[in-house]
Amino acid sequence: MTFWPGNYWWHWLFYAAVIIVFVLLMVMGAIYFERRGLGRMQSRLGPNRTGPFGLLQPVADAVKVLLKENLVPDKADKLVHWLAPVVAFAPVLMIFAVIPFQNGALLADLNIGILFIVAVSSVATIGVFMAGWGSSNKYSLLGAMRNVAAVVSYEMPLALSVVATVLVAGTMSMNGIVQGQTIPYILLQPLGFLIFFAAGCAEINRSPFDLMEADQELVAGFHTEYSGMKFAMFYLVEYAEAIAISAIITTLFLSGWKGPWLTPWLWFIIKVFVVFFLMIWTRATFPRVRIDQLMAFAWKFLFPLALINLFVTAAQVLVWPDGLPWYVIFINFAIMGILILAWSKLFKLGLGRSEV
Amino acid sequence: MKFERFGLGLLKGMTVTLRNLLRHPTVNQFPEQRLNISRRTRGNELVWSRERCTGCGTCAKTCPQGAIVIETSVNMTDNKYEVDKYQVDTGYCIQCGLCVEACPYDALFMGYAFERAQYRRGDLVQSDDALLESPERPASGYYHPDVASKLPRQTLLVDKIVEKRK
Repeated sequence: MTFWPGNYWWHWLFYAAVIIVFVLLMVMGAIYFERRGLGRMQSRLGPNRTGPFGLLQPVADAVKVLLKENLVPDKADKLVHWLAPVVAFAPVLMIFAVIPFQNGALLADLNIGILFIVAVSSVATIGVFMAGWGSSNKYSLLGAMRNVAAVVSYEMPLALSVVATVLVAGTMSMNGIVQGQTIPYILLQPLGFLIFFAAGCAEINRSPFDLMEADQELVAGFHTEYSGMKFAMFYLVEYAEAIAISAIITTLFLSGWKGPWLTPWLWFIIKVFVVFFLMIWTRATFPRVRIDQLMAFAWKFLFPLALINLFVTAAQVLVWPDGLPWYVIFINFAIMGILILAWSKLFKLGLGRSEV
Repeated sequence: MKFERFGLGLLKGMTVTLRNLLRHPTVNQFPEQRLNISRRTRGNELVWSRERCTGCGTCAKTCPQGAIVIETSVNMTDNKYEVDKYQVDTGYCIQCGLCVEACPYDALFMGYAFERAQYRRGDLVQSDDALLESPERPASGYYHPDVASKLPRQTLLVDKIVEKRK
């Protein structure tokens, strides 16, 4: 089942190709989807000139960016500057190695799939930091430092909310987690989903947490000094990461490839786009947070809530060891409401001013 | 207890963006869809009338930029000035409209056209027949209410969008 298209190496080759094609196509789709969606949410149209409905806009952008001159600053650390986009891009592709497109259709069905993702996804930060350092530009360095701070902080709630779902599923294999979801975990783990979504957005630096490339303050953050193909790589990484987080959320909380009528991989892609739409929606709505608000949100709000969520889930798993019954959904939604209300009351910034 | 501070504010904001997503965007696709501009617009250029111009040169004297050059000669038989050259450097023009207001014979108008960009700076210098009124460069109603009354009323984007959203 796992080695569906034949023997080991054919499987490896086939899925490596599938993942690269999938990521590139999804990124193009996501760029178009985001620009059009964001445009409509801001009461404008978005790109609609290149091809029918502007569908060829990502292609035109890609061609433009690939034909541009590759500029490297005079005082840049040439090797680090050159290596950074590669280091940032590789981990994102590696994430997709353990994400099931349908039952058993994945590069490697690791029994520690989600742990692998948590470990590998933070490596992309090193690429970003290399870009910031190698550019010898203060804005790049500032953006990269902010990114490192954000990722280090948001890794905690992210991992803790993942642990809660792993507790419910009883397995770390991504395919196993999907197979275990008779009820989507978004219903059993509503708080975990919110925490994972917020932390995931912060981890990949999407608005409202896009401090590392806050264009109003830092020009473009870590990729200020990048142009041409290398800039294209960072652009690709940005959207590939968003797709990756969407895919992880789909797998962990929205029961992955499961769904009636349609073929499983189509369900998977639809769900990925639903989660990605949620990201676009939050990006269009919320203003960017300050750096202190970013840190406070991680450590004072998400982290304790993730701990409590983990504790509650552990207790529930102890009480119902043979799988959670359906009425836990209502209990968990009530717990989520109470916790968010109570913690918002406690959550203060500065001299008792209740913000965020 | 105000729930806006406890996540309700975030949800309210999200309904606003969702409402924008579902309704017609507040845009006008310019080259295909056009709105009428103000009847009293100052446009890009000047429109000059050779018949009414007496060559008095008031426009050139009043121009704060010195963008208008007017050369005349004396026509002894008809006892009047003959305009040999009337030249405006629209690159210098700041669209203040003082020349139009100063002209004692209503021989000068601001232009109603606004797509009059040129590729070369030399093309911005217009003289004599290039300054006359033509279908491409009609006169605007600036300082000339009689011209304004003949032009179409201005259309606003807001009205069009409100109409579409009904």
